Amino acid sequence: MPTHVLLVEDNPGDVQLTQEAFREANVYIQLHVVTDGVEAMRFLKREGTHTLAPRPDLILLDLNLPRMDGREVLFQIKTNANLQTIPVVILTTSQAETDIVKSYELHANCYLNKPVEWDAFASLVKSINDFWLTKVRLPQQRLREADLYSKNGLEQVSGASFSKPRMR
Amino acid sequence: MRKPIPLQVLLVEDNAGDVRLTQEAFKNVDIPIQLHVAPDGGEAIAFLRNEGEHKNAPRPDLLLLDLNLPKMHGHDVLALIKKDESLKSIPTVILTTSQEEADVTQTYQLQANCYLSKPVQLEAFETLVKNISDFWLTTVKLPQRQSG
Repeated sequence: MPTHVLLVEDNPGDVQLTQEAFREANVYIQLHVVTDGVEAMRFLKREGTHTLAPRPDLILLDLNLPRMDGREVLFQIKTNANLQTIPVVILTTSQAETDIVKSYELHANCYLNKPVEWDAFASLVKSINDFWLTKVRLPQQRLREADLYSKNGLEQVSGASFSKPRMR
Repeated sequence: MRKPIPLQVLLVEDNAGDVRLTQEAFKNVDIPIQLHVAPDGGEAIAFLRNEGEHKNAPRPDLLLLDLNLPKMHGHDVLALIKKDESLKSIPTVILTTSQEEADVTQTYQLQANCYLSKPVQLEAFETLVKNISDFWLTTVKLPQRQSG
């Protein structure tokens, strides 16, 4: 089963860089991308077009996002009993001390500065892969959910895949 | 942005052998680190709150917390830290031999920053300490140390 990483990032250049860096670091990672905070929460709650979204093993969250700010996304994740166990790595260009402290106070799992140069960026993504997706023991909630899906049979899965996304 | 004084790490661990191993392993990493040790949860909290003999204790940049501790369980220490306005921003890494899924889930619910399983073999343990140093003390942006 691949490891699912959710990237919440609005800058297309950064999205592409992250995709390429993960391809180099670990081919077994499935990187999902949402471009604003509202979409991130929909993905995590499997709303709208995301009814079949997997539970991410790790979330990479930018702070400055359209529609819903990264700080608000972080707060919502870490105060939600179902979502709070998913590690959230802040990945941002902000070096502001208030952003660092505030993120840890909101229970970000760690805070990383996005480097501008490609080599440094690729090496940071490799560090994230080597530490978070290799060394760290992550919660296994997703596997239990996968079990539930298979026990409940195909009905639920195929039913969902053929139904139209719910309009909000 | 270089910090002039060594990074302060507080290890909360009751097993003397594991304390020794961690101290040795940190000697091999290439950044200046000062490792403090609290042998139980009560001592850890006193250290963090500068109480009693710890009135001059520095604020740790990183906390390494075992779960199975005498007197106060690691879960309770973690809960106290992560609910305390002045302490909750200190990154807390769980470092334990427990492989129980219940421990993993519960510590993330209590807002642990990450969960690492302590390997039994010396070499693997040294590697893990190096990984912690490379990631948490070198790559991650930690909150700046407050004076005192």
